[in-house]
Amino acid sequence: MPFKIVSSQCTGCSACELECPNAAIFERDGSFVIDSKKCTECIGHFDEPQCVAVCPVDRTCVIDTSLPRYQAPARGETA
Amino acid sequence: MYASAQHGASRSDILTALGDTKQVGRKSCSTSGCCGQGKCGSQKGQGDLPSGLWDKVKTHPCYSEEAHHHYARMHVAVAPACNIQCNYCNRKYDCANESRPGVVSERLSPEQAVKKVLAVASAVPQMTVLGIAGPGDPLANPKRTFKTFELVKTAAPDIKLCLSTNGLMLPDYIDAISNFNVDHVTITINTVDPEIGTRIYPWIFYKHKRYTGHEAAKILTERQLQGLQMLTERGVLTKVNSVMIPGINDHHLAEVNKVVKSRGGFLHNIMPLISSPEHGTAFGASGQRGPSPQELKAVQDSCEGEMIMMRHCRQCRADAVGLLGESRTAEFTIERIMSMELNYDMDTRKAYRAKVEKERAAMIVAGHDALVGLADVSSDIKVLAAVATKGSGLINEHFGHAAEFQVYELSKAGAKFVGHRRVDVYCQGGYGEEGSLASIISAINDCHAVFVAKIGACPREALIKAGITPVDQFAHDFIVKSAIVWFTAYLKKVNSGEIAHVQRIQAGSRNATVISAA
Ligand code: SF4
Ligand code: SF4
Ligand code: SF4
Repeated sequence: MPFKIVSSQCTGCSACELECPNAAIFERDGSFVIDSKKCTECIGHFDEPQCVAVCPVDRTCVIDTSLPRYQAPARGETA
Repeated sequence: MYASAQHGASRSDILTALGDTKQVGRKSCSTSGCCGQGKCGSQKGQGDLPSGLWDKVKTHPCYSEEAHHHYARMHVAVAPACNIQCNYCNRKYDCANESRPGVVSERLSPEQAVKKVLAVASAVPQMTVLGIAGPGDPLANPKRTFKTFELVKTAAPDIKLCLSTNGLMLPDYIDAISNFNVDHVTITINTVDPEIGTRIYPWIFYKHKRYTGHEAAKILTERQLQGLQMLTERGVLTKVNSVMIPGINDHHLAEVNKVVKSRGGFLHNIMPLISSPEHGTAFGASGQRGPSPQELKAVQDSCEGEMIMMRHCRQCRADAVGLLGESRTAEFTIERIMSMELNYDMDTRKAYRAKVEKERAAMIVAGHDALVGLADVSSDIKVLAAVATKGSGLINEHFGHAAEFQVYELSKAGAKFVGHRRVDVYCQGGYGEEGSLASIISAINDCHAVFVAKIGACPREALIKAGITPVDQFAHDFIVKSAIVWFTAYLKKVNSGEIAHVQRIQAGSRNATVISAA
C-alpha cells in the first residue's frame, strides 16, 4: 500500500519531495502528489515513511488502502 | 567551485568588539553619565566597533539600529520546507494582510528570486541586504537557498547576503555559508534548556527520523549552539532571535542571553510571541498569550549590558521588501516584476549610498551638538517620545499617515531608540476616525510627546487632552537632534518650576479610563 497525499491538507511546502528516497513525489497545482508506482513505503531505505515523518500537517500523507502493499525485492534482486 | 571568502572580521575581532563595547559602556558611566546601552557615543556611529565589523553592519538595517533608518532589506521566499515544528508556527495558511514571520504569499524559484532582487535593487536604491528567511527553513532547502545566493552574488555583487535558520542543519552548512560570503546569519534560539524546549517544539525531523519530546529539543539545542560557535569561529556575524513566550521562556531568556553571548553571538533580538486563535498555531489554540510591550521591554532591559540588544525588529514576513516597518511587497509580485524594466546600476547605487553616508554624518554631528546644550541641565528625569517617520532619521511623517511610531527614551544621556509601536493609520483618505485616534493614543500613552511633520487640529487637541504634547516645530529635521533640543527645553521648564514633571503611565496597562483620566 503506497502512500498518497490528501491534497486539501497539503501546504505545498515541498518538504516531502525533498526527503522521498524514490523521487516519487512531485508538485501539481500548488499541492504535492505521490506517484504510487514509485512509492516503496520507504521499505529498505528508512524506518519510517519519510513523507509522513516530515510533513507538518498530521494525516496528510496517508496509506492508500486501495492499492496492494509494496513488496520489497527479494535478496539479490535489483529493483 | 566558489572562491573562498575573505572575511573582514575574525573571531577575535568579534570577541574584542564585544569586550570593548562593554568596557566603553562602563567607562562612560563615570565620565559622561551615559549608561545602559553599552555603546555610548557609538550609538550614532562607528564608535567602538573595529572597522571590519563596522563595514559589515553599517548598511545592514537589522544589525544596526541606526542603519535601519536609511537602508532597506528584502527577503525572497525560496525556502518553503521545514524540518522542525514550532508551536508558534502554522504553515497551513497564508494571509496576504498578515505581517508575521513565516507568512508569505508567493513562493519563488531561485531564478525568479534573482529577478526580483534586481527589480527591487533598480527601484529601491536603499536596498542593501538580501535575506532568505523561509517561509520554512533555508537550510532544509539548501539547494534552493545556495542557488539563489550564487545567482545573486553574480548578478548584484554589492548586495549583502543573509540567512535565518532554526539551526538544526547549521553545523552541516558552515562551509557553504562561508564560501558564499554570507555576511550575517540569524539563528532562532528560544531556549537552551531541553525541558523548556519540549513546550515549544513538538517534533524535529533529523537524519531521516522524527524525534519528539526531550530528545528532539536536546538535539535541536545542541545543534544550534554548535552552529553558533562554528560561525563565530569563521568570523560570520550572528544574530540570535528569541521569541518571548510568557510563562514558558520569559524567565529563562537572560540565561539564553548569557549562553549565546559566550558562544560569540553578536546581537540578541528578543521578540514578542505573536499569537491569536485565528492564526491556527498550537499556541493560538491553547490560548498562549504574547507579552505586553512593557513585559518585553523589561526582559530586554534585564539582558542589556551582556551583549547588544536589538530593539527595532519588525518581525518581517519571509517576503518583506523595503525599509523595516514599511511593506512594499505588493509592488514586487512576480507578475509585475516580469513586466518591469530592470536597470540595475552599480554606479547609481554607489552614489546613493555616498549621499546617505553624508546625511548620516550630518545627523551624527547635529546630535552631538545638541547634546552639548543638554550638558548644563541637571536632572534624572527620563521620558519617552514617539516619532512619526518615513525613514532617513528624520521627522518626516504626517501624524495621520503614520502606521507606526518610533519610540525614543530621552534622558541626560541623550535620545535612545527603544522600540516602535504599530498603530492603525488614523487618517484614511483625509478624515480622521475617532476609534483609531483613541487606539493610537493608547499605543503611545506612556510618551510625553509625539514628534510629527504635520498634524490636524482635532488630533492635536485630543493628544493634549491625553497629556501627550504634539510637537511639529521640528518638521523634516533630524529625530535625535530635535528630541534632545525639545527635551533640554522641557528639563529647563521643569527645573524653573514653569511646568511640573508627571510620570506617564506605562503602555500595556492601557484602557479607556486611563486615557480619559490622563
Ligand atoms: S513513503 Fe517513502 S517512498 Fe513513499 S512517497 Fe513517502 S517518502 Fe516516498
Ligand atoms: S510535506 Fe506535507 S504539506 Fe508539505 S508538501 Fe508534502 S504533503 Fe504537502
Ligand atoms: S522553524 Fe520557522 S518555518 Fe519551521 S516550524 Fe519553526 S517557525 Fe515555522
